[in-house]
Order: sequence, then structure tokens, then C-alpha cells
Amino acid sequence: MSTRLAKGGRLIDRSASQEFTFNGKRLKGYKGDTLAAALLANDQMLVGRSFKYHRPRGIVAAGPEEPNALVNLGRGGRFEPNQRTTTTELFDGLEATSQNHWPSLEYDVGVVNNYVARFLPAGFYYKTFIHPRPFWKHVFEPVIRQSAGLGKAPKDRDADRYEQAYAFCDLLVVGGGVAGLHAALVAGRSGARVIVLEQTAIWGGRAPVDAEVIDGKPAGDWVEAAVAELAAMPNVTLKIRTMGAGVYDHGYVLADEKVADHTPGDGRPKHRLWRIRAGKILTATGAIERPLSFAGNDIPGVMLAASVRDYVVNYAVSPGDRTVVVTNNDDAYRTAIALVEAGLSVPAIIDARANVTGELPAKARALGIRIEAGRGVAKVLGGKRVTGVSICLQAGEGAVVDEIACDAIAMSGGWSPVVHLYSHCGGKLVWDTVSAHFRPDAAKPPINHDGGAMVYAAGIANGAMTTAAALADADTQARAALQALGIAAKSGNVPQADIVTEAAMEAVWIMPQGAGPALKAKMWLDYQNDVKVSDVQLAAREGYESVEHTKRYTTLGMATDQGKLSNINGLAVLAQALNEDIPQVGTTTFRPPYTPVTLGALAGEARGDIFQPLRRTPIHGWHEQHAAYFEPVGLWRRPYTFPRSGETHAQAVHREVLNTRTNVGMLDASTLGKIIVKGPDAGRFLDMLYTGVMSTLPVGKCRYGLMCNEQGFLSDDGVVARIDEDTWLCHTTSGGADRIHAWMEDWLQCEWWDWKVYTANVTEQYAQVAIVGPKARQLLEKLGGMDVSREALPFMQWADGTLGGFPVRVYRISFSGELSYEIAVPASHGLAFWEACQKAGADLGVMPYGTEALHIMRAEKGFIMIGDETDGTVIPQDLNLDWAISKKKEDFLGKRGQQRNHLASPDRWKLVGFEALDGSVIPDGAYVVDAGLNANGQRNVQGRITSTYFSPTLKKGIAMGLLKHGPKRMGEVVEFGTVKNGVKGTLKARVVDPVFYDKDGEKQNV
Amino acid sequence: MSEPVSALGGASFTGFANVREIGPLGMVTLRAKDVAGLADAVKAVTGTALPATRRIEVAGDCACAWMSPDEYLLVVPYAQAGAAIATLNAALKGQHFLAADVSDARAVFRVEGDKAAQALAKLSPVDFAALQPGELRRTRAAQVAAAFWQQGNGYTVVCFRSVGKYVFDLLSSSAMPGSELA
Repeated sequence: MSTRLAKGGRLIDRSASQEFTFNGKRLKGYKGDTLAAALLANDQMLVGRSFKYHRPRGIVAAGPEEPNALVNLGRGGRFEPNQRTTTTELFDGLEATSQNHWPSLEYDVGVVNNYVARFLPAGFYYKTFIHPRPFWKHVFEPVIRQSAGLGKAPKDRDADRYEQAYAFCDLLVVGGGVAGLHAALVAGRSGARVIVLEQTAIWGGRAPVDAEVIDGKPAGDWVEAAVAELAAMPNVTLKIRTMGAGVYDHGYVLADEKVADHTPGDGRPKHRLWRIRAGKILTATGAIERPLSFAGNDIPGVMLAASVRDYVVNYAVSPGDRTVVVTNNDDAYRTAIALVEAGLSVPAIIDARANVTGELPAKARALGIRIEAGRGVAKVLGGKRVTGVSICLQAGEGAVVDEIACDAIAMSGGWSPVVHLYSHCGGKLVWDTVSAHFRPDAAKPPINHDGGAMVYAAGIANGAMTTAAALADADTQARAALQALGIAAKSGNVPQADIVTEAAMEAVWIMPQGAGPALKAKMWLDYQNDVKVSDVQLAAREGYESVEHTKRYTTLGMATDQGKLSNINGLAVLAQALNEDIPQVGTTTFRPPYTPVTLGALAGEARGDIFQPLRRTPIHGWHEQHAAYFEPVGLWRRPYTFPRSGETHAQAVHREVLNTRTNVGMLDASTLGKIIVKGPDAGRFLDMLYTGVMSTLPVGKCRYGLMCNEQGFLSDDGVVARIDEDTWLCHTTSGGADRIHAWMEDWLQCEWWDWKVYTANVTEQYAQVAIVGPKARQLLEKLGGMDVSREALPFMQWADGTLGGFPVRVYRISFSGELSYEIAVPASHGLAFWEACQKAGADLGVMPYGTEALHIMRAEKGFIMIGDETDGTVIPQDLNLDWAISKKKEDFLGKRGQQRNHLASPDRWKLVGFEALDGSVIPDGAYVVDAGLNANGQRNVQGRITSTYFSPTLKKGIAMGLLKHGPKRMGEVVEFGTVKNGVKGTLKARVVDPVFYDKDGEKQNV
Repeated sequence: MSEPVSALGGASFTGFANVREIGPLGMVTLRAKDVAGLADAVKAVTGTALPATRRIEVAGDCACAWMSPDEYLLVVPYAQAGAAIATLNAALKGQHFLAADVSDARAVFRVEGDKAAQALAKLSPVDFAALQPGELRRTRAAQVAAAFWQQGNGYTVVCFRSVGKYVFDLLSSSAMPGSELA
């Protein structure tokens, strides 16, 4: 029975009881409990099932290293799987359910895997299910996924909000134990800007639990004073519940703050991801205790020794009346002493070392605790709970010499410094033979731009394993970091911790050391992924020598705890099996995050309305009010069509086309790119950018131009207007404005830096409204204010003036083939101007039209569209745009590219029109088939569709596309390959002129 | 002619910092470098000196900000933008420069209150403790370009007009009561 003790518990408030449920059962805990502590207080030792064998799993640890006690937390929009009970703060109303079992936690049918475990060795899945190949995806994987797994995926939209924040400091201290706090004091007192992160809600780390004495006071008092002093410093920021997740180049650190995990629904962001730029980083991240590998070490009730101490001291929770301690070091004796001092029984301390001396064992002996030196655990007794332990000689093979009844086992295999953050950016580790662990190599830290250390490990995280040593090391490291920062460190005393002399630990990787296969098959290394000593040894026998390969083959350390408990034990076992030294085998790579960071925090504020910036024209709101159906164009949303009630989108589009062709239509063209290019060299510059000549364009006139990249491929197009002697206005495509502006600046800043040209992107300064159709002029004349007649403002000219009282620039350009004016008006007047046009055109039948009508009308006219007719492999010549390419110019961007033999080949696919013989719409992207098959057994092709529509004007399908020798094949009937409902077929179409409508341009030139 | 309308019509949000759209403001992009009479021309328009690198000079309703080694942003009352350009064109005539009216291309916000910097620190990678008075920071607000400077009891934030609503929504989300950073 685990239970709550009558007295004690330094972190709980017994006056504030909190109710929660586990698998629907109503339970009680106290304010200050972790969920794990509250579960243990209610004798809920069994909390889950393992991944592969569905073995019963209990709480092992008390911190982020916990591999077993993961639960589904919350419900609906606040449901979260895989939440670690040991780091989940209890709150009133918390709901938790256990994971990975069916039908119930107590009776799980998946446990049958456990009885066939010897048929499920390492690599079992790879070996068994590799053939036949297609079976993996369709048969094996779905079944395996059913039987294995952890929490359920959330189904509802996350009810919480998240955010990110940026912070800057000289020194970032990760870890709020005594080493971190002292380092922060040194830096803070010296005037450095300091941020201190502590992953839990409590400052001080282990020292107060272990009853350390610092400067003559209990460690808890020292911590309280240190935190108070730091909190009073304006240059120091303290952050609890904030986990240092990852260290990246140049002092960049990500940290996850659990703002409201413990107060769900209070309106605050659930998590906040801190993006910190630190001058130097000091990791005072402490250490994680290692399990011991003995048979049955995964049975609920077997826990880490220091975690048992945490539960007793911090939460007044007893894991059981009788706890046997199993250890290879002196530290675990603290647990025995704490248990006895709490009034509990420790039937024995089983110490693998033959000689047990030292202060702590002496104290244990004085308390009357039986110490069994040179002994180990042969086997843990019990199924879903520990009932006892059988003892053997550590030096032997596991013959039982004694059995001891007990309710819990506290094990300690030594401590591994938390080196994760030190290692993320390339810090190297050394193997410490005395403490049998990897610790940071101060000679090979992760380095900054200047070659200096970026991260300083301090205290226990740096292998200084006692409180006294940790404080001294923190002092040294903080001063080293300050010196590197160029900050003069204020002198001060190192806090002195009372020294408790500990005897050396002894590395124990397998208990007993000569254990046979039967025992080794029950020694768990990775609790969550069910990897045992026998699995790693099998991998070694099968030739897996690299620790990285062994990890992936056995899945050791690949669970959600990322091997915090299992990695060192696993690689030690591997090293033994390979007969190599541990440092030679090495560790797997440490990668961020240290513990899982929820995706919500990584997404931050970017969800819902602010998922992505949505660009709106000044007329956007009008479109919304008029039921526009939008389509994305870059980050803009443009009206695709304005359907009226009862209309399909296709019907609406056809109405818009016909109305524009017969009456007058209005298009919001504000998204069109507008770039001013000015200067004495502006003409020369534009002649280089465009394939045509822009320098000779007379003031007041417009000219269509094409831009290519250096390879010669068509990149953008648009109409250029000459504003004055040294000023041009370049229109770009809607999606191309920023790209083309950057392209211009790139050439001006990097290549032609001595040319006198300035550019300004004024795209958003103007709303641009296209008034299109035979009655367009009538509409403008009704607005009045300037002469828009054919004589005053001919096709391809522009003029400044006023219309309806608005200051406007009117361009006579057409993308539809109709009489058309594009009118630029300052954006602040855009909506008012649009509405004035609507009003003036009401009795002319004016209607707004969207991008689809625009596309159809331009296709009817055979006008190309960047992105439809072009795809980055098309040159202007392919589109019969030779007329827009100057033959006289010495050079322009793309000219030499276009002279390469492939681009200059007479066999290129060129633009033509297509009309299906049956009048139907040819599928978009369809290929024109050719005779024979290619090397892959596919039909040869000779062309493809680039644009295809039903033309409401011509009442039939029309298409544009590229065809080999196209323009020479007018009238020929070709075949398109089609696939309809999975059935391949062909469609015959005639090659025609791509200009389907008003070839002579009479309608636009009136 | 209609009254000029700003991107959001003066929207506002009250949180731990207060957000409100201001404007329209007159804004002129001036591109010039090593041009004779530049400082005098700017002074004639804004009443300020030419700003040093990364700085903004403010005089009443007017300001001049350094945007790049050859670009300045001139801020004037909305109705004066045209006159400002005419002044610049006359003063710098014959030399190589570009003055463009961008008054309508921008959305401008004030983020005010003691904790205004905290709202911005959630969106922009800026060290506010190191941001000097009179310093203009060109940066980003989440996913879009933005610039701001400290003025009075808060900051003036400038972004492109088309993303005005996005930036307003960002600022409002950042300033949500209860989400203070300190």
C-alpha cells in the first residue's frame, strides 16, 4: 500500500484539499501535490501499461525522467495524451485516464504479448513483417498500431491559446537548484542581465529534500533567501514552470513556460514559448538517478531511491510500509534514513559493494537498518505490485540466498548529470570513471561565433556531485562566464555546505553480474518501450556495434522520455557485450527538446484569424458584404466570383463574363504590383530587366513588358507606364510585386550599384479599379471630371485627373479585350471610389466580376497568364511573344540564356489554341499524346494544356496549351490522353489560333 | 471627394496595453544619398534634422526616420503629403532622388501603457531594454514587416496597409489581459 503519512510534506498544503479523478474514480489530494504524488497517496501504484508487452507499470520517478506514469489528461478541447504525472501539478477537478490498455488497466488482454515475449525480441517487427513488402503498410502496421501505442490523439480543436515571447540577457541560467541560484546571485550582484529558468514550480532542487545545510542554515532557508535577493534585483528575471528546451547556435535558447497548465480555463495562455538570445548560457540542470538492472525491476513498486525520498519528504507519501533499498552508492542511504525517520520500515539495504563504509551507512547502521553488503537482487517478487525480493550475491549468477518481504523497492544505480543542453550545440562529454557517468568536457564546450564557450555547465550537471562541490563549481563557472562576457564579477564568498563524506560508488550494469538469460530477459532498461538487457545483448550479437544503430534496432531510448533513465545503462550493457569501454561506445545524440514541447507552443499565436497574414485590399470589406467567394492569390484573398442567390459558382462566373462583354464590369485590381523606378539610369535599367525596350517609351504612354530570369525563363509580366522624363511605373503580377521589387533591388545593390536608379514599391498606396466593357466609358463620363474619350485617352495611354471628385490616374489598358480603363486612386479613397462607380454604373448594368471571369476573358483573347502558361521552364518565344523581345538590344536579363541550344531549338513546344471536336472542356494539364512509348513504358507526349475553360461568350470549351511545332500545325487534329473514373481514354481536339475572340482587337480599341 | 479612410477606421482594443489605429498619416518615402541640400529639404518638410543611422527625429506632428543608408521616411499630417513632395521636388531638382507618397500604403498603431513593450515583445525579436528613445526599429511583427519607435507613453507601430487587420489582431491577442509577461 502506498499512502499519505500523517505528518510532514514540505510542499503540500493540508488545509487545501483538491479533488480529481483517475479512470473515473474520485480521489483527493492536496494543493502542492504532483498528480503522481496524489495517485500514490491514494494507493494508485499501477498507472499504465507498457508499449509492447502491456506489462503493468507503476510510478518510478518523481520528475521529468519518469518513463511510465503517463496519462490522458482533461477532456474535449483540453484533452492531452502522454502527460507525465510526475510533472503535472494537481488542481481541483483534474481528470486523468490511464493509457495503452484494453479493456481496462487492471485486466489488459494485450498482456498476452508478455507471455510470448521470447518471440518478440529486438528487431522482431523488422524481421517478421518485412515480407511481403506491401503487407507492412496495409496489414501489419495497422494491426501493430492497434496493439501498441500510448495516449489517444486529441479529437477536438484545442480550447487554449498559446503565445511566444522574445527575451534577451547576458547570462541565462537553466536550473533553479542551489547551483543555479548561486550562479545567478554571482551574475546578478555583478550587474549582469540574468534570466533564471526552473522547470518546476519550486526553487531549490534536491538540496532541501536531502536536508543539506548551507552556511549553517537548512538548505530550504538558504534557497528562500537567495530567491528573495534575486527577485529584488531589477536586472534579474526569475521564471518558474519554464523548461529550457533547446540550445541553438549563437546563444539562442527555446524555453517552454507552462503558464496555465495548473489553472486551465482561466483565460491565460496555456504555454508560452520563450525565444531567448543569451550572451552565455549556464546549465545547472542537476542529474538524473539511474535504475539498476535486476530481474523484475519494472514491477510496480520498484522506484528510484531519490524519488522515494522526494515523495516522503515533499509530499508525505509513503510508497509502502516496508521498502528495501538496493544500491551501489552512498546516496541511496539518505532514502533509507528518510524512510525510517518518517516512521516507516526499511527491512534491508542491499548494497552491491563488498565494503560499505562512509558516513551515511554508519548513520543507517546506527538507526538499526540491516545492510547486506556484496549482495544484489536476484528477482523481484510480485505481479502488479512488489511483494518481496529475493537476494543473491552480486558476484554470482543469481542463486537465492534470502527472501525479504516488502511493499516497495528503492533502487539507485548512481547519477547521470543532465548534459542535454550542454550537448545540443556540440558540447562534448567525458566519461568519469569514479562516478561512472558522462559529464561535460570543459575543454570542448559548444562554441560561439568567436570560438569561445557558449555554454557553461555548473554544479551537479558538471559532475560536482556534492552540494558543497556544486556550490563551489557554480561560483567558478558563473565567474568564468562573466569574464567571457566582459563583466567584472563582484567578489563574494562561496556558500559553504556541510560536508557529508561519501564513499565511492561502484558501477553495476547487471545485477547479479553473472546473471543468466532467464534473469536478463526480465531486466528492463527502457520501461516505456520494453527494451531489456537481453535485447541489447542480442543486438550486439547480431552485429549492431554502433550505439545509434542499436538504439534504432531495439528502440532503446526512443520513447517519449527519450531514454532519460535507460540510455547510460543501455550503452553500458552494449559496451560489455561488445567487450569495449563505455567511452568508446559513446552516447546517442542529444537533441532538443529536453522534454516534449506541445505543438501549440511552437505554433504560438499563429492560429485562427492570425494563422497567416491575410492581405486585404481597401475594397475587401465590400466584397465580403457582397457574398464574394474568395480565392487565395499569394497572401491576398481575391474575389473568385460574386454568386447571387441560387447561382452556382460556374453560373455566376458566366454571368459576370457575359455582362462585362455586353455592358460593363468592375474588377478590384488593387493587388496588382506597382513599382516606381526613377533616375538618370532608370531607362537603361528597365531595358536590362525587360525583354523589350522601355527607355524609348514616350511620357504618357504604356507598354506591355516581359521579365525573364538569367536562365531566360519567363518570370513576370505587366504594363509599364512612362510617368516623366526619368520616372517609370512598372506593373507586376499580383503575386509578383514583392519578388520583383526585391529582384530590382538585388540587381541595383549587388551588380549595378553605380547606376543611378531608385525604386519604390507603391503597390499598397493605390486601390486600382478596372472598369471594363462596352459601356465603360459611359460609366466614367457619368462620374465626370476628365476627358476619357478615344481621342483624349487612346488605348495604351494614361492620364492624371479627377473622376467624380477623386484624384485618379487612368490607364487605358485591357486584359479582357474590351474597352477598359484601370483607375488608380489613393487607397484611403479606394472603397468610396468603388462605391461611386457602382452607383454611377447602376443603370448601365454594372456588375463586379472576380478572378475567374478575368481568367476566362483573357483566355478568350489568347492572353497568357504567368503561372498558367509559364511554370519556370517556359521562355517568351514558346508563347509566340517574340514581338515583345527586342532584337536590337545588346543585352537583357535572360538573353544569353535563351540562346542556349535547348531553348533555341526549333522543336520546342509552342503556344496554340485547342478546341475539342465535341466542344467539351479539355481537362487541365492534359497531355497531347504522340506515337510510341518512352523508356518507362509510358505514352510519348508532344504537348499539354496550360489553360482551359468553358467560354460563355463562344458557348464552347476553349483551351491554350503548348504543342511541339504548334503554330505550324493549325487545323490538325490531335489526341489528348484522359482518365475518367480510373478509365483511360482519349479526346480529339483541333489545333487553332489561341486568340478565340476579337482577333483584330477592335473592341478594346474604341 | 470623400474623406480619407484608414485601413481599419480607427479600431481600438483595451488590454494590459491599449492598442488603437491612428491615421491616416502623411508619409513620404525619400530615397537619396549624398545629395546637396538634403538636410535643408527635409528640415523644410518635417522641421527636423536628418536622422542618424537607425534613429528618428520628431518635431510635433512631423518626423523623419532613417530607413536605410539611402532611404528616409518622412511623416507629416495627411493633408500635407502632396505639398511635402512638391517641396522636396523643388529643393532637390536636378539631382538623383525619389520622393514617393506612401501615406495610403500604411497602417499605423499606437500601443500604449506601462506594459506596451510586453505586447510588442511577443511579436518582435527586439530587446526593448536596449531600445533607445529616438530609435526606430525596422523588424517584423510575427510574420510581417513592421517598424516602431518609442513615443510618449508607448510605441508607434507602422506596417503595410493590407496587413493592418492582421497586425491589429496580433497586437490585441498579445495584449490580452492576464497574459502579461511580468
